[in-house]
Amino acid sequence: MLDVQNIRKTFNPGTVNEKTALDGVSLTLSDGDFVTVIGGNGAGKSTLLNAVAGVWPVDSGSISIGGTDVTRLPEHKRAKYIGRVFQDPMMGTAATMQIEENMALAARRGRARTLRPGITRDEREHYRETLKILDLGLEDRLTSKVGLLSGGQRQALTLLMAALRKPDLLLLDEHTAALDPKTAAKVLELSDRIVAESGLTTMMVTHNMKDAIAHGNRLIMMYEGRIALDISGEEKKKLTVEDLLARFGQATGSDEADDKLLLG
Amino acid sequence: MTAFLSALPGAVSQGLIWGIMAIGVYITYKILDIADLTVDGSFCTGAAAFVMLFGAGVNIWLALLAALLAGMLAGLATGLLHTLCGIPAILAGILTQLGLWSINLAIMGMKANTAINIRDEESLNRLLVSLRFVRGVADGGYPFYRHPIFVVGLFTLAVIAVLYWFFGTELGASLRATGANPSMARAQGINTNVGKVIGLILSNGLVALSGALLSQYQAFADASMGKGAIVVGLAAVIIGEVLFSKLFRNFALKLLAVSIGAIIYYIVIQAVVSLSNINTNYLKLISALIVAVFLTIPYWKGKYFSRPVQPAKKEGNPHA
Repeated sequence: MLDVQNIRKTFNPGTVNEKTALDGVSLTLSDGDFVTVIGGNGAGKSTLLNAVAGVWPVDSGSISIGGTDVTRLPEHKRAKYIGRVFQDPMMGTAATMQIEENMALAARRGRARTLRPGITRDEREHYRETLKILDLGLEDRLTSKVGLLSGGQRQALTLLMAALRKPDLLLLDEHTAALDPKTAAKVLELSDRIVAESGLTTMMVTHNMKDAIAHGNRLIMMYEGRIALDISGEEKKKLTVEDLLARFGQATGSDEADDKLLLG
Repeated sequence: MTAFLSALPGAVSQGLIWGIMAIGVYITYKILDIADLTVDGSFCTGAAAFVMLFGAGVNIWLALLAALLAGMLAGLATGLLHTLCGIPAILAGILTQLGLWSINLAIMGMKANTAINIRDEESLNRLLVSLRFVRGVADGGYPFYRHPIFVVGLFTLAVIAVLYWFFGTELGASLRATGANPSMARAQGINTNVGKVIGLILSNGLVALSGALLSQYQAFADASMGKGAIVVGLAAVIIGEVLFSKLFRNFALKLLAVSIGAIIYYIVIQAVVSLSNINTNYLKLISALIVAVFLTIPYWKGKYFSRPVQPAKKEGNPHA
């Protein structure tokens, strides 16, 4: 479903702030894969997701989704294939627009925007039904401005929006990092449910090793812009945090494994 | 006082005309979150195009349409400078505005102003709005429906109706998303550059239409007539918002609030002129001050009045 070949990205080349964020990353995801991405600060986790989403062009390498080469496509064109939830709850929704308007925007992801009505009565009913699965009472607040919602509510809504039109690829970029532990757990549980229901191919960046182990069928760990570990199948199911730290140390020759990682 | 009262219908008429321009400013400033300075130029572009075409005997509706299109072109220029050439929006607007100064003079045959001959009764009667009709209706020389307040009021309602429809469509909603949250818009597959360009085109089209109406009203176009238009537009938007934001939630009503804001602005200006002996050269200064005050109020309100009380800072070593 996703095929990333040897992508590189250097920020601020030729300056003192030069930083090679992606240093030849290759990754292939099969249909229905749910991969968790872990790594320390600056390891390139979010950069990898942004490269796939097309926030900026990569320096070299190629990216294709479902067989379509998207390497040269701008962000808004790749959106046709990709559903996204961001770390910042403010980023995934339009605060000054209503809940139903946000959903209607998401329902038209990847389609030409015409002079047809921005939302229809049938859609409204559909959204009301869809919102019920969140169990947050949002189904009774369709015309409330999204800016009135809490961070957790906004993330839950963004998640729902990302899956409203089935994406080829779902990108979750530390989408629970800004939430309190209880809300974070709820949003994670919801993510699992949505991914499972539609069998979405998913990449989830997280800071939390336990979450990375508990979710998905595959785990990659990034280090200095490269994939240092790639664990899947039975091996992934049996994985513990201690294993992960040990294997990370072996793979990178680094023993900074890692208060930063554990606590982050 | 009587001078003020007798000037009131004129002030309201002018306010309504400028209100259409202010609705254009609302599109860029409030919906797209862009301060577009093109309007100072495109206002006159509409007026100049209208007066020249009208003077050449072109049908008034065609002349108005041409003015609208001329303004849209100006908006397109700013939009392309901003999105295609990557120039910051404010600067892109300033560049277009500067260029339009020459273009406006060229439209008017390299003169700084050009007039509509309203001494010619036939020409006057072809106009939709004119200062003459304000007095004319009062005297009974013209039927009430020729009054500029009535005519421009209808224009305003038509503009609001069209915008209300447009911003409810898929395309219109994508424009609102572009202004509200560009990252989100792109993640939903919206080309935010296209959204900005369309918004600027729409906005400047309305601004030029307003300029064309004002040139009819005052029977001339002048190269400097758009000077400070953006400030008038902002004043109307902000006055409308400060006074009606609690009352008007619906989008159409918000646009109406902008129009009312423009009327209030002109009544205030008229009051200042009529009730004091101020030299009218100070009007621009007063306008700037009014807008500065109205922009400051919400900022200070948020900064000093609505924040929860913060814990008092600890006394002692300030370098700790």
